Amino acid sequence: MITLLTTWTFGVTLGFVALGVFVSYRLFAFPDITTDGSFTLGAVVTTVLLVAGHHPLPATLAGAAAGAMAGSCTGMLHALLGIEPLLAGILMTTALASVNLVILGRSNVPLSGVPTVLDRAEAVILPLTQALGFTDSATEAARLLAVLAAAMLAVLILYLFFRTSLGTAMRAGGDTPTMARALGRNTSLLTVAGLAIANALVALSGALVAQVQGFADVQMGIGMVVWGMASVYLGAALVGPVRLGGALLATVAGSITFRLLVAAALRAGLDPDWLKLATAVVVLAALVAPRFLSHRPQASAAR
Amino acid sequence: MLEVSAATVAFTAPGGPIVRAVDGVSFTVPAGAFVVVIGTNGSGKSTLLGSIAGTVRLDSGTIRVAGQDITRWRENQRARYVGRVFQDPRAGTAASLTVLENIAVAAARGRHAGLGWATRRTLRAEASSRLAAIAPGLEMRLDQPIGSLSGGQRQIVSLVMATWHRPDVLLLDEHTAALDPAAADRVVQATARLVRDQKLTALMVTHSLKQAAGLGDRLLLVHRGRIALDIDGAAKRRLSADALAGRFDRLRRADQLDDAAARTLRDNYI
Ligand SMILES: Nc1ncnc2c1ncn2[C@@H]1O[C@H](COP(=O)(O)OP(=O)(O)O)[C@@H](O)[C@H]1O
Ligand SMILES: [Mg+2]
Repeated sequence: MITLLTTWTFGVTLGFVALGVFVSYRLFAFPDITTDGSFTLGAVVTTVLLVAGHHPLPATLAGAAAGAMAGSCTGMLHALLGIEPLLAGILMTTALASVNLVILGRSNVPLSGVPTVLDRAEAVILPLTQALGFTDSATEAARLLAVLAAAMLAVLILYLFFRTSLGTAMRAGGDTPTMARALGRNTSLLTVAGLAIANALVALSGALVAQVQGFADVQMGIGMVVWGMASVYLGAALVGPVRLGGALLATVAGSITFRLLVAAALRAGLDPDWLKLATAVVVLAALVAPRFLSHRPQASAAR
Repeated sequence: MLEVSAATVAFTAPGGPIVRAVDGVSFTVPAGAFVVVIGTNGSGKSTLLGSIAGTVRLDSGTIRVAGQDITRWRENQRARYVGRVFQDPRAGTAASLTVLENIAVAAARGRHAGLGWATRRTLRAEASSRLAAIAPGLEMRLDQPIGSLSGGQRQIVSLVMATWHRPDVLLLDEHTAALDPAAADRVVQATARLVRDQKLTALMVTHSLKQAAGLGDRLLLVHRGRIALDIDGAAKRRLSADALAGRFDRLRRADQLDDAAARTLRDNYI
């Protein structure tokens, strides 16, 4: 039971990565490798602040803000200097590898004995989970509820934001830049803002994961962009074509499902060495499957 | 009011010659005039419209709209004055957004996009009545992704979007070329109606002789980056398709049009 709850907690926490990738990749068609670096960035910034004795909430938000800055740098590399999305992300992640190491000071820093945002939330929610009948696992349940509430809040804020004039213009600019520019929107700025939001979510995930697992490691972001894509695709496959709100929820659900699948696979005896390969195969399958599943030819949009 | 003076755009193909796609073009379109632009492929029509829209930079010359010199303005800044409908419906509308959300972006043209709700009830009502007036039935599809509409329907929504706030200049670059004849006809009718009702200043590029002769107050023939023919006023009103073909022949005899171009124009436009 405890293992299952912890698996869920990780799945939900990584759901922020999935939400970030949803913004960069789904809304802006920007395959953003910065994801790997900004995940770690969020974790190391928050960890260093926590170790220095700062309150966990501002420390966590500072991690997210650092991610926003990294994302806007990638956005500017692309929008202002005309560097291709993949290359811009690779450059930023390469640079961030040094930045992260410098911030953290060494490759791994534990959070033992330091109160985390989850400890704070747990203190508030514990009576509720106990009342709900959780006994041995009341702590884990409280932590799951905390991250779940945070994820739902993020989904709600993203949903509301992307339905404002600004958010709608951002979606339009990500979908069809020619249209957005013809209607007066500065698509370069919108891309920068979109990548800032995406990487803030990714870094927030890193900040939370560090606090869930109790340490930050400079390697912890490796493969996160693929994780996010897998979750986005898995979520989309779970619910089919839906509107914005549904797609955001599905993305979090995709992350949880993916985490559960990984846990099940490891339990069934999958060698952890094969995990990244399995992840890549899942993403590939999710990318290719729709092409083989739908036999209807795509109706030409121009007719 | 649109003033183009001595506009020149040159392209250099790598290793190739310099092509003056627009070669010292000057013309003035008074407010409320509907100009039809024709010319063979590669004659420079799109480059001319692009230099007004801001997608193409002039090498020399100026563009003035509503008294403002917009020559150095960026494309998105020009959107304050210039409305556009693209040839490809997929370039002018965002497929994954609903019809109403697309219109919401158009409704924010020339304004600051803030944190207000994009698809307010007042916008919905206005969008519904404008669509119903121009293409009855479309108002029922406000909440569908615009990508699920036909190309012709998307172009009609594009027109409504480009004219949501009355533009000082409306640019239509072969906006019916990607459509089947019936859809093209509906879009042209919608265009003519919007231009008339809103008294728009418009430039429309077309490859249809019927449209070239039957629509607009003025006709410009672009050839090799220059305006080879400019028919205005009563002459344009009287202009028939046959008379237009006759004008092509006269230009050819005067060596202002080469044989191939004259033939293409006649074949295309008849
Ligand atoms: N971006 C470009 N780079 C190089 N040459 C171009 C470019 N755009 C247009 N041209 C050239 O300019 C000329 C005019 O093109 P265009 O304005 O598209 O013609 P039209 O719209 O009348 O068919 C053509 O010779 C074309 O090859
Ligand atoms: Mg053209």
